[in-house]
Amino acid sequence: MGLESALGEGYLTTQLDALIGWARKNSLWPMPMGLSCCAIELMSAGDPRHDISRFGMEVMRFSPRQSDVMIVAGTVTYKMAHVVRKIYDQMAEPRWVVAMGACASSGGMFRSYSVVQGIDQFLPVDVFTAGCPPRPENLFNALIKLQEIVQHSSVLDYRNSNEPIIVS
Amino acid sequence: MNGDAQLRTKYMNNVLQQTVDSLRERFGDAVEEVREFRDDVIVVVGRAAIVDVATWLRDNEACPFPLCEDVFGIDAWTRKQRFEVNYHFFSLTCKQRIHLKVRVEENDPSVPSITGVFPGAGWYERETFDMYGITFPGHRDLRRAYMPEDFEYYPLRKDYPLMGIPGALPLPNRG
Repeated sequence: MGLESALGEGYLTTQLDALIGWARKNSLWPMPMGLSCCAIELMSAGDPRHDISRFGMEVMRFSPRQSDVMIVAGTVTYKMAHVVRKIYDQMAEPRWVVAMGACASSGGMFRSYSVVQGIDQFLPVDVFTAGCPPRPENLFNALIKLQEIVQHSSVLDYRNSNEPIIVS
Repeated sequence: MNGDAQLRTKYMNNVLQQTVDSLRERFGDAVEEVREFRDDVIVVVGRAAIVDVATWLRDNEACPFPLCEDVFGIDAWTRKQRFEVNYHFFSLTCKQRIHLKVRVEENDPSVPSITGVFPGAGWYERETFDMYGITFPGHRDLRRAYMPEDFEYYPLRKDYPLMGIPGALPLPNRG
């Protein structure tokens, strides 16, 4: 290509990663996997005061086939884990997972036979969020961290680009 | 205000006392024990009599108890009669609450179902079966209520570990 010869070998493909990452990070459509009280904070993240659409994420998709990031907001029981995994499997790649709140991250206060002690046992989690429940600001902190992950991940191998991030 | 509350309590106790007296008179030895705890009357009845007692409580003229509020189990663990099924009945006309208890031994944890008297108790009996393994002969559909159908344990028994038994509840592969 003429442009390649002018700008140097490989220039376009590296910049394509940056361009696609920029486009993806600003149009992440969440799958609201609301399972308990964290879902209330997730809802208030969408209200006019907090306004999740500042990050291009106001399009809550209730179909996994149309969403990019699953926000697991709440207590995941062993019975529900299979449902969560099934929904995650229906999401088109690339896909990301945010564990919102103490329950999703570690089981939280439910130290019990029925609650999964952290969804990373059956899902590849990108960002863990502390709080019980986290305030919307804390969720945004997690989503901004996720945007950094998306921006800097490779288009061809997005899964192995980053380690999980823990947001307090 | 205070005087009114005392009057109400006195009146309620009289009505319950009559109910308990009638129960004793009608069912004799099947009424094993009557206790009072914080203004609640607890009647321990024999296993064989529970359906008759529930029917009579529902249908009696003086103070009918048409509402079965709850049925649940207790694992007393060290007691000879290890398991206990509790029933809460409520009288809408007399504003009274009465508690029944049926005690069973560990090697034969079964109590006749009261679904013939209170059809709504079926859900509670399923829950009790799910959590304690107490069976209810006469129940039409005694399946697990919360745990997966192929789960092998009864999680609210005292000998079940708090964090469960590893592998008893499978998780999807992380993939």
